[in-house]
Formats: sequence, structure tokens, C-alpha cells
Amino acid sequence: MRSPDSPVLSIKGLIKDVGPLASLDGKMLRVVSGVSLAAERGQVTALLGANGAGKTTTIECAQGLQRRSGGAVTLLGQDPDTAGASLRSRVGVMLQDGGLPPSARPIPLLKHIAGMYQNPWPVDELIGRLGIDTFSRTTVRRLSGGQRQRLALAAALVGNPEVLFLDEPSAGLDPQSRQLVFELISELRDAGMGIILTTHLMDDAQRLADYVYIIDAGRNVAEGTVAQLLMRNLSTDNAQEHVRTLLFEARPGLDFTGVLPAAVDVRETRAGSYAATGALTPEDLAALTAWWAAHGIMPGSMSLEARSLEDVFLDISGREIR
Amino acid sequence: MSRVLGSAPAPLLRRILLQGRYEALTMLRNGEQLILAVVLPLLALVGLTVTPLLDGLGGTRVDVAVPGILALCAMSTAFTGQGISTGFDRRYGVLRFLSTTPLGRTGLIAGKILAVLAVLVLQVLVVGAVAFALGWQPTTAGWLPALVLLVLGAAAFTALGLLVAGTVRPEATLAITNLLWILLGALGGIVLPAERLPGPARELVHFLPSGALGEALRDAFLAGTFNGGATLILLLWTAIAGAAAIRWFKWN
Repeated sequence: MRSPDSPVLSIKGLIKDVGPLASLDGKMLRVVSGVSLAAERGQVTALLGANGAGKTTTIECAQGLQRRSGGAVTLLGQDPDTAGASLRSRVGVMLQDGGLPPSARPIPLLKHIAGMYQNPWPVDELIGRLGIDTFSRTTVRRLSGGQRQRLALAAALVGNPEVLFLDEPSAGLDPQSRQLVFELISELRDAGMGIILTTHLMDDAQRLADYVYIIDAGRNVAEGTVAQLLMRNLSTDNAQEHVRTLLFEARPGLDFTGVLPAAVDVRETRAGSYAATGALTPEDLAALTAWWAAHGIMPGSMSLEARSLEDVFLDISGREIR
Repeated sequence: MSRVLGSAPAPLLRRILLQGRYEALTMLRNGEQLILAVVLPLLALVGLTVTPLLDGLGGTRVDVAVPGILALCAMSTAFTGQGISTGFDRRYGVLRFLSTTPLGRTGLIAGKILAVLAVLVLQVLVVGAVAFALGWQPTTAGWLPALVLLVLGAAAFTALGLLVAGTVRPEATLAITNLLWILLGALGGIVLPAERLPGPARELVHFLPSGALGEALRDAFLAGTFNGGATLILLLWTAIAGAAAIRWFKWN
């Protein structure tokens, strides 16, 4: 649920035009057309969308890195286009490309950035927390993708911000680093930080986000908690159930009419690959396996999956997110 | 976690000083930049004192050479050095990241100018020491105008370097600033006075920042005079390149 406190970030009807572009005969291109969102303290708010959907542009307008063409943006009660150092000292930004100088070494770099603040996060504590001490003598250009991401997160956190922007934070992270980073993000959220996460990875949003805005072609297309989005477009009878998808492979062209309840959608997605989506019950599974037994069908493979945000995105936009 | 979230910015002056120190140290640790900033100017200084290129210009070889070498130092650090490092900082998103910290865009630019001046001070000390060892005898009255002109020259070249770095790809910045360093260094009236250049260049270089700075520094150190015309040219270049950089600099 959205809290009644004033949000740390509020975007209303954001418009961003870029150009003029030679490819459009010198016309402007509208990359964001009316995005609205709000992010609260102590929550992870995710902006989810395909690459090129306008997520990064939206967020950069909030960070003051790009000037908006229209609409209103309020970050911690101030307009990022006109605010000064006092606002920037309360906001941490982790950029998609890191933004770290290749010749720098982690500790001097973090200490340098920490010097820009009155009350920074102690660098020694931060590097221990993010496992940076294991590569503290290596220059940025020699770090692995995951090490760079962890350093970029440390650089965003060293000012001890109230609001944290994360752009694709798990890009290039190995599973262990990902776990480390996700745990830290959850802790910071619990400590009251307002975290705004931009990602095209459904899994990140599903694991971290308290509230999700789905953006497509520069517009809001859906919003809600992860649970609300997963229940979207389902009949109210099924809303209490967890929707699942049963994937299995068998011989092509099978007709399942009458085997499963009408509310369960069964499709042959490729020849011999089937997906049954709906509020599946144990009885449905029993009916299906009994039908296989009666017809002498042994599936080549089968798996049961919870409905994911990926499915929701597909429903809404009619296309894959990637 | 029991952290109290939220911070305030360090004072503006401290932020700029920190950034200036950080950028100056980065420049001094970079081997290529050090060659450009110190080694090549010193080689040129020695070269000009052992060859007759500057004979007959109203002073000893070293007295005529040193002002131009100091002007060359300003061009190395402010134009080529700062241009290249800013170009690559832009490519790697460093400019964007730092502009989200309390440093901000203006603090970042101020820090870069400060770093240029800090490195220039070191260059003047090193080149001056070697020059004295070679017998340099500058006019005492020339020091004050010379230092003012060096700062102004650094400003003009920094503005030009940032203009290039902010508008083209870093590889192009690398090529343009290095090529111009060689061309202006050899034919721009900076170490070789206009009188020693071929015909058409002789008139043109008075209007270039390289020629104006070289000429004004020679007037200061050789005669102790302040060259108002050359100063005006440098001011114009600073204003025009600065305005163009503000107008066209792309941060990403």
C-alpha cells in the first residue's frame, strides 16, 4: 500500500522531447509522454520496462541529469532542475554505466567522494559490507563487471543518502554478489531509505520491489504491488488463488478440451510444447495426469511455475520484455 | 541497521579544492600527460638553447626560449591534457556521476580549472629551475604580467579543451588536441616567434591564442612590458570558447 506521507519522489505527467533529429527531418522525438509515479520512504519502488521504454530518461529527469520538457518533478520537496548541492547531498545515484574513472582505485575514489559530504558513511565500513576490500588495490579498468557494480553502489551510498536511485543494479553480478547487494538493499529499505530501482529484469523487481510501475513506449501501462500485478486481468473468483503455469512437452497436436476447467488457459506454444496457465488446483493436476495415463502419454518434461511479472508484462504490452 | 540517513554537502570551497587536488594528482600520475606537460617542454627548451633557431631576436637563446616554453606548458596542461581527460571522463560517465554528487557541474568545472592551475605552478617551478640552470635572466618587472598572462592563457586553453572534449568523441578529442598541440607548438607562434615563421603564418599567429600568449610572455620577460593587444586576443578566445563550451558541451 502507498503510505499517506508525502512521497520522496513525485513525478506528474513527465514529458521529455529530444532532438531535433536528422532522422526525423529535424523534428523532436518524444521519448517520455506523460509518465507519473510516486516513491515512498522505506520502500523499493521499481520502474519496469523494456530497453528503450523511457525508464532511464524518466529517472534522469528526476536526478537533474536531464531537463524535462513538461510535467512536474519533486524530489525530497524540491525541483531537481533548480535545486543545489543540499538536495544532491541527500540523494545517491548508481548509474547504469557506473560513472567511475578507469584509472581510479576503489578506496581513494570512495574517500574522495565521501569528502563532498558532511556526514558520509564510513568508507571502511562500506567496503567491508560490499566485499570491496578483496579488490581494493585494483584499478577500476581491471575490475570484473560485478566488482564494478558493487563499487558503483558504494559510490552511490557513501554520502549516506535518504533516496537511492539504482539503474539496472544486478547487471553483470554473479549470484553471490547479487545476494549480497539484494540483502543490503533490503536492509537500507528497512532503515527508511527511499529506493527507486530501474530495471528490465522482472526477477529483480519481483524480489525487491514493494511497488512497481510498468512503463512502455514512454507511458505508464500498469502499476501496483507485485501481488496486485500478478492478479491482474484474472477473474475475481480466482483472485485468491496463486496463479501458476504448468509447462510440459509431449507429442504435438493434443486436444485437452474438457480435461481442465475453462478458466485454465491451455496453449501449444510451439509444436509439442504446452503451457497451462490459471489458478491450478491439485485436482486439476490429478485430472491432467489421469488423462495422460488414459491416453498413454508420458511427457518429455514438465515444470510448474508461479505466474511471473514477465507474464504480466506480456499480457499488457503483447510482447516480450527483452 | 541503525544508521541515521541523510547528509549535508561539505562547504563549496572544500568540494572544489578536493576535486582540484584529485584531478591534479590524476594528471600527474598519468605517464603520457607527464611527458606532454614536462618532458617535451624541457626537451624543447634544451633544443632551443643548443641550436641557433632563436639567435638575433634581442636576447640570449635561453631568454628568448623560456617564455615560449612556459606558454607551451599552459597549452599542454590546459588544452591537450585537460581536454583528453575530460573527453574520456565524459565517455565513462564520470562527469554525469560527479554531477549528481554535491560537487555538481559548476564544482566539477571549477575543480578542473584548479587542477590545471596547480599543475601549471609545478611546470613553472620545474621549467624555471632548469632555465635558471641554463642561464635564464628574466626581467624582474616581467614576473607579474607573466603570471597574470599564464593564468589567462590557461583559461583560454581550458575553455578550448573543454569545448573539444564536450562536443566530439574522446578518440577525436585525443587526435585533435594532440595534433593542434604539435601544429601550434611548431607553427603557432608559441615557441618560435612570428618573425621566424613562414610568410602567411607570420600575420595569422598574432590572432591565435598560442601566438598571443607566446608573444605577450616574451614581451613581459624580455622587456618587462605588458602587451595589451595580445591580452585582449586571449580574453576574446576565453570568452568565445567559454560561451561555446557552455552552449554545446554534452554531458553524456
